[in-house]
Amino acid sequence: MMKTLYIAAKDLRSEFRTKQMLNSMLIFSLIVIVIFSISFGEVLSQTELVGKLAPGVLWVAFTFAGTLGLSRSFAAEMENGCLEGLKLSPIDRSSIYIGKTISNAFLMFIVELLTIPIFIVLFNYNISGIPGLALVIFLGTFGFVSVGTLLSALSSGTRTREIMLPVLLLPLMIPVIIPAVMATGKILVNGDPGNILSEIRLLLVYDLIFFVAGQLVFEYTIAD
Amino acid sequence: MASTDSIISIKDLTKSFGRRKALHNINLEIKRGEFIAVFGPNGAGKTTLLKIISSIIEPSVGTVIINKIDIKKDPSGIRKMLGAISHETYLYHELTARENLVFFSHMYNMDKSIIDERVDRLLKSVDLFKRADERVASFSRGMKQRLSIARALLHQPEILLMDEPYTGLDQHAAGKFELVLLNAGKGKDIETSDCAEVVTRIMITHNIERAFELCDRMLIMDMGNIVFDRKKKDIESVKQFREMYLSIIEKDTDAEGTDNIRAL
Repeated sequence: MMKTLYIAAKDLRSEFRTKQMLNSMLIFSLIVIVIFSISFGEVLSQTELVGKLAPGVLWVAFTFAGTLGLSRSFAAEMENGCLEGLKLSPIDRSSIYIGKTISNAFLMFIVELLTIPIFIVLFNYNISGIPGLALVIFLGTFGFVSVGTLLSALSSGTRTREIMLPVLLLPLMIPVIIPAVMATGKILVNGDPGNILSEIRLLLVYDLIFFVAGQLVFEYTIAD
Repeated sequence: MASTDSIISIKDLTKSFGRRKALHNINLEIKRGEFIAVFGPNGAGKTTLLKIISSIIEPSVGTVIINKIDIKKDPSGIRKMLGAISHETYLYHELTARENLVFFSHMYNMDKSIIDERVDRLLKSVDLFKRADERVASFSRGMKQRLSIARALLHQPEILLMDEPYTGLDQHAAGKFELVLLNAGKGKDIETSDCAEVVTRIMITHNIERAFELCDRMLIMDMGNIVFDRKKKDIESVKQFREMYLSIIEKDTDAEGTDNIRAL
């Protein structure tokens, strides 16, 4: 467990020094929110329509910004043979996966934390539903990152990794994205977390499946 | 059965990547404390052999026993014993020299109470102590290689695997590195005379002169076979070895050539 945290801490320390991933993810996410808010214009004053439009906008911003970040996640490990250095260490391969998942999720949460206030302002969102929204975003992001980290490792060894990751990731994300978008929509309309229990259950199950499966197959994705 | 003083015992090892065989039926016994140089042209299977010994890749056929542990059964146990130096530095450029060493200390389960002292000592011994808190990205190639050597020696490995370890080292650093390698064979820790395990060393290199000076045993690999395996004392001179090596490379080891070399 401690090794997992050391790996996550190492990744975050490296990232906070360059902020390459963080900046590109944040800028992309904000651009999406701003462009959609401008294009929807007057519609945003009608709460019911916001509930229908905004979840899609929010998750488009998060998933595409996340894909951008994930594509860089294993790039640093591939440089100078760092991944091989880790593989030479007496650590369980799943520790590498969990460590990378934690650091990727942490970065995505930061991006989301900075994006949501802008989203609240631009989409005229009722702030009372924040706890429910936070829960949905947490579970959706965790599922997304669990699969994304695995596929980032898988695609990092290929020549076309920038193309390969979104091609593989986006179809696999559908089971997580659909309940996340539906739950976000419901929360935005009435702010009651009681209405989204079925979506929460679905997200929990998918998160668990993806996270456990990720640990089990990660060893094979980084094998020579 | 492996002989009792062997630290590495390789039996009937074959490795295939798809239809291509990278290693053919390799048999090799390496004694504790031996220093072996491995030569061969590109694609001979040298790096694949080292990767199998380090348990990064699994053999297709055959067994590799290290210190009585089968690499297939306990790869993690094997990795604890190994240190690796390569032309790749295995270093994180955005971390400082010290942070890199501390990170890998944790990966090797080193006792927290000794990490700081050990890291400082290693940084001093590779002449990087004054730049310990600078990012590796700002280092020259030679400095990175020196730090990579320190990283490999952190956990006092019993076996040191080296793949072109001289990459980027200047004359002074190379000389110092060789001293480390020779001390390791006598059970001396880097720079000090601390009691440590006698280190078994396997080095892939193209530098015949340096290897001949340092090593106890010379191997030549070609097309996935060990085509030459002799102790240095049984080789007349570096010139003779060089000629032998060149004749092997030039023949490009057709089957008949391999047999002739084995018969030498």
